[in-house]
Amino acid sequence: MSGEILLSARNLSVNFGGVLAVNDVSFDVRRGEVFTLIGPNGAGKTTVFNLISRIYEPTSGEIHFEGKALADIAPHGIAQIGIARTFQNIELFEHATVLQNLLIGRHTHRATGLLSDLFFTTKTRRAEVQAREKVEQVIDLLDLQHQRDSLVAGLPYGVRKVVELARALCTEPKLLLLDEPSSGLNVEETGDMAFWIEDIRDELGITVLMVEHDMTLVSRVSDRVLAMNQGEVLALGTPQEVQANAAVVEAYLGAGDDLASLRRQAA
Amino acid sequence: MRFIFKTSYEQDIRLAKHGGHVFWYSALLLLMVVAPWLVSEYWLAQLTFVLIYSVVGLGLMLLAGFTGLFSLGHAAFLGVGAYTQAALTGAGVPFPLALVAAGLLSAAVGMVVGLPALRVKGIYLGIATLAFGFIVEEVFARWESVTGGNAGIHLKAPELLGWKLESGESFYGLCLVVTVLATLAVLNLLRSPTGRALVAIRDSEISAQSMGIHLARYKTTSFAFSAALAGVGGALYAHNLRFISPDQFNIVQSIDLLLMVVIGGLGSVHGAFLGAIFLITMPQVIAMGKDYLPAVIGQAPGLQGLVYGAVLIGFVLFEPMGLYGRWLKVRTWFQVFPFYRKGMFKRQKSFQKSERLR
Repeated sequence: MSGEILLSARNLSVNFGGVLAVNDVSFDVRRGEVFTLIGPNGAGKTTVFNLISRIYEPTSGEIHFEGKALADIAPHGIAQIGIARTFQNIELFEHATVLQNLLIGRHTHRATGLLSDLFFTTKTRRAEVQAREKVEQVIDLLDLQHQRDSLVAGLPYGVRKVVELARALCTEPKLLLLDEPSSGLNVEETGDMAFWIEDIRDELGITVLMVEHDMTLVSRVSDRVLAMNQGEVLALGTPQEVQANAAVVEAYLGAGDDLASLRRQAA
Repeated sequence: MRFIFKTSYEQDIRLAKHGGHVFWYSALLLLMVVAPWLVSEYWLAQLTFVLIYSVVGLGLMLLAGFTGLFSLGHAAFLGVGAYTQAALTGAGVPFPLALVAAGLLSAAVGMVVGLPALRVKGIYLGIATLAFGFIVEEVFARWESVTGGNAGIHLKAPELLGWKLESGESFYGLCLVVTVLATLAVLNLLRSPTGRALVAIRDSEISAQSMGIHLARYKTTSFAFSAALAGVGGALYAHNLRFISPDQFNIVQSIDLLLMVVIGGLGSVHGAFLGAIFLITMPQVIAMGKDYLPAVIGQAPGLQGLVYGAVLIGFVLFEPMGLYGRWLKVRTWFQVFPFYRKGMFKRQKSFQKSERLR
């Protein structure tokens, strides 16, 4: 894989009142790949996501997307340039139907203004039908037909996860950020999620950057993996390479001599 | 049960989703149109008040119910509209122009008040708007050259295209037209991208922003539109009473307005109307009930406040979705008879929200 670089992070650091959540992290995401961030809890993966969505400001370092510096773009402009995301703990619009949630995903493509909306002119009407057509394509892709008119507040967790993915897809992004897409899903649902991520990359041509703990899913769908620990980069490479990396194994399981001493104690 | 066979996306966009809607809302409109010939003058005056409060309620519903921003100073917008109307018609400006100006000026004030809403939330926003309400009330009392101070100000009967609306019937007609227009505007807004953006802000600001919604712009829009409706309502209110003074736009009025949308049912357009009916008829019901109560209770001065408070507590505890929520349950009971279950409207406990990032 040697596609052009879509997103590049250079020397990112974030300092939360003395805590270095992310320390000098650099990586490039190439167009058309699935790039995964892994690492133990507190490694700074979600912080990196929040830096890309401009929820946090980096203390130093910069991120470029298609050559544009993200620092110059307002937080609500991130969706406009083609970056969509999901959240670790699901941030859907609870008191709205699935359909309304997905239509909100079309917000960046809105073509009408306040006045046109107030009178619900033919222009607004036509735009609404077009938005609906796009939304229905996503509904078809993710098999959400039965939930279309359900209130999100009453949906089970697994379905919400899919609705959130669908909402992000409705923005027609170039880069999709998935924050732990499989957390809270059962084995079967995780399998579906893996299929969809592959489809999103291969058929929709969307680049995926995800944070994930489930190594089966990671090694199945990822093209490249970046392992982090305590805000620093440990290793970068294919899933197999990273899993074999000594520093990664140490971060997850502890150092070899730690294990040996534990065994001695147990014996 | 009604099953709707959908064949086009247009069907989901229409205001009237099926024949039942068309029939019942037409019937209601017809009834409202012929009301002057059906009810006594006294009840027509009450109905006029219901319409005026509905317009204000629609505005507050948009702000509190759909955008999730609470205003404890909404009476101030009502007052700005009322005083603008009084000052302009007093200066000889034609009624329709004055009405538009009242709406626009209120909207402008709403935008300014909306500015703190971009920074503060919840109870803090409540306090900010409360303070704003006090300031405006004070301005009404002190700016005597325009407002007439605490002595109040009188208004003439509205004049529309050379036609003087002196009688209760004609003024009722005017209010009905304004209410219908305001309702259509709000319904249109809610089914369009703007309305969805407001609902998104209410439910999760962080993800609304990541969907590309400009939080500041939409919050300001919501405040402005809500204030504009309150201003128009205030203008009609002033004409209806023919006399306004600062104490009509005090904190009690603001709380009444909030009470109206909460009891009506936050997050439903119907709720604004049900709340207005409640707010106007409740004092009458209390007045009628007084005679049947022992004198100690019936003639006590705080009776109305007590009843309002008790009703509000009752609603918050037992029917958070308000009168409209209750109506939904009754309707569902009939629709699915005899299969209504007690837990049908019970929301399962929501999953833990991620820590608010801001």
